[in-house]
Amino acid sequence: MSDGSAGSPPQGNPKSAYFLSHADEEIERRTLAVMVDNEPGVLARVVGLFSGRGYNIDSLTVAEVDASQHQSRITIVTEGTPHILEQIEAQLLRLVPVGEVIDITKSKRGIERELALVKVAGKGEARVEALRISQIFRANVIDTTNESFIFELTGASDKITQFVDLMRPLGLVEVSRTGVLSIKRGKEKG
Amino acid sequence: MTTQTQTKPEADARTMTGAEIVIQALREQGVEVMFGYPGGAVLPIYDALYSAKDIRHVLVRHEQGAGHAAEGYARTTGKPGVCLVTSGPGATNMVTPIADAMLDSIPMVVITGQVPTHLIGTDAFQECDTTGITRACSKHNYLVTDVNELAHTIHEAFLIARSGRPGPVVIDIPKDVQFATGTYVGKEGIHKPTYRPRTSPHPDAIAATVDLMLQARRPVFYTGGGVINSGPEASRLLRELQELTGFPVTSTLMGLGAFPASHPDWLGMVGMHGSFEANNAMHDCDLMLCVGARFDDRVTGRVDAFSPTSKKVHIDIDPSSVNKIVRVDIPIISDCTEALAAIIKELKARKAKLQDMSGWKQEIDIWRARQCFAYTNSDEVIKPQHAVERLYELTKDRETYITTEVGQHQMWAAQFYHFEEPHHWMTSGGLGTMGYGLPAAVGVQAAHPNGLVIDIAGEASIQMVMQEFSTAVQHKLPVKVFILNNEWMGMVRQWQELLHGERYSHSYSESLPDFVKLAEALGGHGIRCDNPAELDDKIREMIDHPGPVLFDCCVEKAENCLPMIPSGSAHNEMILGEIMGNEIGEAGKKLV
Ligand SMILES: Cc1ncc(C[n+]2csc(CCOP(=O)(O)OP(=O)(O)O)c2C)c(N)n1
Ligand SMILES: [Mg+2]
Repeated sequence: MSDGSAGSPPQGNPKSAYFLSHADEEIERRTLAVMVDNEPGVLARVVGLFSGRGYNIDSLTVAEVDASQHQSRITIVTEGTPHILEQIEAQLLRLVPVGEVIDITKSKRGIERELALVKVAGKGEARVEALRISQIFRANVIDTTNESFIFELTGASDKITQFVDLMRPLGLVEVSRTGVLSIKRGKEKG
Repeated sequence: MTTQTQTKPEADARTMTGAEIVIQALREQGVEVMFGYPGGAVLPIYDALYSAKDIRHVLVRHEQGAGHAAEGYARTTGKPGVCLVTSGPGATNMVTPIADAMLDSIPMVVITGQVPTHLIGTDAFQECDTTGITRACSKHNYLVTDVNELAHTIHEAFLIARSGRPGPVVIDIPKDVQFATGTYVGKEGIHKPTYRPRTSPHPDAIAATVDLMLQARRPVFYTGGGVINSGPEASRLLRELQELTGFPVTSTLMGLGAFPASHPDWLGMVGMHGSFEANNAMHDCDLMLCVGARFDDRVTGRVDAFSPTSKKVHIDIDPSSVNKIVRVDIPIISDCTEALAAIIKELKARKAKLQDMSGWKQEIDIWRARQCFAYTNSDEVIKPQHAVERLYELTKDRETYITTEVGQHQMWAAQFYHFEEPHHWMTSGGLGTMGYGLPAAVGVQAAHPNGLVIDIAGEASIQMVMQEFSTAVQHKLPVKVFILNNEWMGMVRQWQELLHGERYSHSYSESLPDFVKLAEALGGHGIRCDNPAELDDKIREMIDHPGPVLFDCCVEKAENCLPMIPSGSAHNEMILGEIMGNEIGEAGKKLV
């Protein structure tokens, strides 16, 4: 007690077990599939929630997946401590048009894919090398001129990053990536 | 679908204009009173209102007033408050009340006019992106672009506003949609599949809670606004559960009235300006039963020192409130009424004995004996605490409703006015909005024409939405504004004294109006009192006056509101009256 007179503090661990300091919590990366009603403003709600509450978005993709039910699937890759991630899920579910939040990363059955379009310009040895590497990565050439290729590549994000890094010394011009899409393995939904 | 249309009354399927649909939907939702202000983009709705004699419209003086009036109405009736305002400035003036209702979980439906659909996005006259602006501060919002969606949308808005964790819902209606003709649908069968608030507790969590209750030697109920929102039955069940257990009870600012202040186990309010006994009980308890409260920073103080040795149970209808600030042992996602009923049932079924709590109660009595709210009264100058005490004594036997503005007076009202019943105390807790109290009082008086409605105000706060006094005069709503006039933004002054080396930067209330003349100019009655000996008589005069009154109660100017837990301190580090001037840590100074 501050004045030392009234009452005696109960026995027990003086350091609170409930201290939600996240300093010593590990930052984790998560992919969340957010199932929403495809109504006006729904994406703004989701994005606004992240910016308003100071959460991170590493990537975000969205498209309608069931036109008859007006259902869209938003895939968000985010980062945070376990406590923040728990809050993100709860806060997303507070939004009226959000029906479900699926934690793809935690499920262990998650599959994540990204599509990238990669433009590389060059001549001679570099050009040959770029094409050779693209074959290793199973990328498709979807446009070509005498001095350039556009490769189309799908895969996990780190595979795409790796490919882009390899293209850099070979004349990388620009990259367009979809961000992560995800789904769970097996026959069940969600 | 077919069975529904068959059972529906013929009238529901009527064709009418959008404006008529709005009125019909409000009628079907049981709206008796609404608060609003007209303008170009809502004229069709106002036109439909012209012939709707069964809905009372209270014309305010500023849209912010309409919003807070609707909040006051909602808080005291439990029904959603309804506002109607125009586009552009009408809508932006509503933003503060919407944010206020969001933080305090007040059910409210706000209808805003919008420029015609074909002008949206053109920076048309009085256009603003209302749904964009209110998205982050409302529970939900809509822009209705099809008249045939209108009735459904309004019914859905009411459902969302009042169910789950209540909150404000905004419906933005372009003017052409108000003119267009469409089909009205009734409220029956309205539901939104993605919106599924969980209201019933999990039986395992109830059983585990009762286990903890049976072991507890130092328990405390920490209750909040959720008990009030859950309805009068929740307050009744809280009292029943307390009767069964004898556990002491404290409450947040928002929860006052859920448990009677006259009860011997009432500890007073918890938090920054709460009682010494409540804060120490929270700090030293071994079981904290949080019912409909959310571990706000005004309650917890320093989180890493918050109630270090207790097991914590948290009943909350909103899963995002659980484990947000403080990690709990047993989360119960549920409506308070259902959770309390389930705990009572389980506890009775166990037929087990509770632990002896006499040591705990003795400790609490020692804390109580500190008389943390004690102050030195004076014959010369009215002490603000004394003014609220006298107000309480002279009004407690009536049907009295108290609203407040924000500042020291608000905390003195919470400390010295004692509530026996829920729905009698309306204050802006989460957002802390100066200017809330007078319009809220207007809304409360509209709900209880015969009640005595008093706004306990500060001289600075009252000037924020002062013009609503004129609304009270026009609508014969005899609200009383009891200003604790200390000529300072007292709460700001207090922080500057404690945290900023007595550098009173811009916190003096210069050029104050003559409140008595002001009251008269606005068509009300003004009373001034600066003499403690005359206080009682003048309060009686205020109560007896049949119309609105502005009471300028000139109080001690330098009084501080104590006790106080400075920001960044723990519950057992309260500043009490006699040890004023404690050091406040550097980290604490940076907090709000
Ligand atoms: C709209 C708004 N602006 C600013 C504040 C910050 N604020 C909190 S209390 C206060 C002073 C209130 O003064 P007064 O109404 O005279 O009440 P007192 O503290 O003197 O009782 C201020 C400026 C606020 N709460 N709300
Ligand atoms: Mg003041």
